[in-house]
Amino acid sequence: MAHVLVLFAHPRTDRSVANTALVAAARAMEGVELIDLYGEYPDFDIDIDREQQRLIAADCVVLQHPVYWYSCPALMKEWQDLVLEYDFAYGSEGTALVDKPLLQIATCGTAREAYRKKGKYENELRTLFSPFEQTAKFCGMRYLAPFGVFSAEDAAEEGRLDAIVADYRRLLSALRDGTLDLEKAEAAVLLNDALDEAIASEAAAE
Amino acid sequence: MGFFQDAFIYLLAAVVAVTASHRLGLGSVLGYLFAGIAIGPVLGYVGGSETESVKHFAEFGVVIMLFLIGLELEPQMIWRMRWQLLGLGGLQVVLTTAALTAAVMAIGFSWQAALVIGMTLALSSTAIVLQTLNEKGWMRSRGGQSSFSVLLFQDIAVIPMLAILPLLAVGAPVPVDGTAAAGAHGNILDGFPGWFQTLVIVATIAAIILAGRFLVRPAFRLIAAARMRELFTAAALLIVVSTALLMDLVGVSAALGAFLAGVVLSTSEYRHAIESDIDPFKGLLLGLFFISVGAGIDFGLLFSEFFLIIGIALGIILVKSLVLLALAGIFRLPWQDTWMFGLGLAQSGEFAFVLFGFAGSSGALAGSLVEILILAVSFTMLLTPLLFILFERYVVPRTVSSVSRPADEIPEPGTVVIAGVGRVGQIIARLMMAEGYKIVVLDHDPNLVDRMRQTGVHSYYGDATRPDLLEAAGLAEAQVFVAALDDQNQQTAMVRHVAEHYPKCRIVARAYDRHHLYELEKAGAHAIEREAFEGALSLGKRTLRELGLHPFRAEQKVRAFRRHDMQTVDVLRDYWTGGMGKKYLNAVRERLDELMQVMRSDRIAGRNMPDREWTPPPADDSER
Repeated sequence: MAHVLVLFAHPRTDRSVANTALVAAARAMEGVELIDLYGEYPDFDIDIDREQQRLIAADCVVLQHPVYWYSCPALMKEWQDLVLEYDFAYGSEGTALVDKPLLQIATCGTAREAYRKKGKYENELRTLFSPFEQTAKFCGMRYLAPFGVFSAEDAAEEGRLDAIVADYRRLLSALRDGTLDLEKAEAAVLLNDALDEAIASEAAAE
Repeated sequence: MGFFQDAFIYLLAAVVAVTASHRLGLGSVLGYLFAGIAIGPVLGYVGGSETESVKHFAEFGVVIMLFLIGLELEPQMIWRMRWQLLGLGGLQVVLTTAALTAAVMAIGFSWQAALVIGMTLALSSTAIVLQTLNEKGWMRSRGGQSSFSVLLFQDIAVIPMLAILPLLAVGAPVPVDGTAAAGAHGNILDGFPGWFQTLVIVATIAAIILAGRFLVRPAFRLIAAARMRELFTAAALLIVVSTALLMDLVGVSAALGAFLAGVVLSTSEYRHAIESDIDPFKGLLLGLFFISVGAGIDFGLLFSEFFLIIGIALGIILVKSLVLLALAGIFRLPWQDTWMFGLGLAQSGEFAFVLFGFAGSSGALAGSLVEILILAVSFTMLLTPLLFILFERYVVPRTVSSVSRPADEIPEPGTVVIAGVGRVGQIIARLMMAEGYKIVVLDHDPNLVDRMRQTGVHSYYGDATRPDLLEAAGLAEAQVFVAALDDQNQQTAMVRHVAEHYPKCRIVARAYDRHHLYELEKAGAHAIEREAFEGALSLGKRTLRELGLHPFRAEQKVRAFRRHDMQTVDVLRDYWTGGMGKKYLNAVRERLDELMQVMRSDRIAGRNMPDREWTPPPADDSER
């Protein structure tokens, strides 16, 4: 059983119904460790050593956050700036993260359609997140296609929340149990679309 | 008998009997009553006439008790209770009087004598009932509240009763007119017409209210500023005595006057301090009162007329209970509250001693009858604790399920009690207020309390280290307790007390320094900050900036320093043994050296830097 580290950054979790549900689900899962970054570092004073130890102990890393200006909230960027140090995450001796999968789970205010080439934002989520992808690759990690929670604010009202939480749980347990086909997950544009394929095929192979 | 001998006997009897009765789970009232029986009738230590004078003195305990009850009742609360007070209280007095009067007439007494007996016996014992309700913590239940309403109404009803008593003295040698009633009290309004008396009484009440509003507060401020606790206690007692005296002079119940004074002061900032200062007096004097009731029981008469007296006592309890139970039904009290109300108020009270004594002297009742009645009343009082025990043993267990739910009073959520509103506490209080939390503030500086009051904070004057004051401030329901006292030792002692007695309450504490921080940790505080630490760091940051450092560099330096210092607190905890041993000092020195290294190693790149930040990979890295 692999150890899944979920780094969660949301400055107002109390206002996010979707994230509240997802966080509760993750916390209830064995083998999954969820870190509330805004809860641990309310003054942005990140404990670099502790964060690096957590990364070392993890087999795969999940970054979970809402989409703010096509990226993550500020603390998560600060986390990258400080924790992914030379000689730890990169450089000739920085091999702590090599080969570990990195999955981004993002809650979005708008619908899936907005994140298409011909959509409102003219880009796929994965394209917009290319700085994350490059960072991951620079550190030798395997960047998986992002998993999007679209129109997150209306998910509960429209009755989609339970299905989202179920997918989320399926995804995290597949990561934990090693039943996620990493190559398929890497190749996809959006993990939502490849979820059944990436998890089912691996399960069938067993 | 010398004073010391007297005091010795009374105190010894009280301590022994009350401890024993408490041990047996019988409550303090029964203990006092037995102490009285022991030193009076049984050992013959105090005789009948002495108990009278002691009783007179001890009735002051009842006065103080009503003052304290008034202190806890804000005027709006009484206003909210008005229907219960008039409806429940009024009906109880009228119906019980009617029932008892009818019963007495049926035996063959004249209607006048029957009415005197009926209305006197309708009154219950404020002292016994409230003392028991408080002791058991039932005061806030519906049964307790209803009982209190009735008792309060009875206290008011005594005034007209005293007025009509002489009118009922058929064939008495005393001239029959309304003012004679007050004559027994020796009041100054003798001989004046009724309307004038009423006017004076109303004016007196108005004077008490006005004085309470405008005179007492500034007076207490001056007294509090003197910082002499006994002076404050004396002033508080003075208020009780003076209102009681004033009311007595115009012929109104002293207890009622004290109650009024209490209500007037219930909204003042000195409320809790007064309350905790006077409370011990109430306890002792009430105890004395109960002792005197026990000591006053005439066993000679009791044995010669045993069945008559027991019969009367049981009759009183039966009739009163039936009326009370019927009323509880009409007012739809829950099952358990119905019984608490019905059994609790079934005795006749201390007013009977006064009213019967007066009825005897005014000729409304024959002297021998008065003696028997007073004995019967004493007996009903003696039986009351037993009725409460009956209630506890047989009613409470049977209604556990229905009780535990509705009786679960939800305390106001999110309450914060702040002890000490000096430089530290004040800021915390303002922050909590701005966030809309309900806060209660305690301080021993009257000026500070005044200032907080002006900004609309519930502030109370008093020494926050006193357990009774903390209790009065509502710690039992508070979610967070903020300990922000100046004095280190007092602060630690207070935190220890709160941690021990209110385990549900979270404790946030201000520490003087690192040693104090460890002490507070040991005392049970949950969140501790060194009071000067963050302020000093801020100033240090400003100093660095004045020295030319970029503001964010200064910020980073301070963060590194803070982090190292927090670790130091953790490291040194193991070496701290309540003082500074050699090992501790060595560890301090080590940490200091390390800090120097850490802070000055600015030029070391990457992971060894104390204040790490984003750095580009060095130019000589092969992978670059």
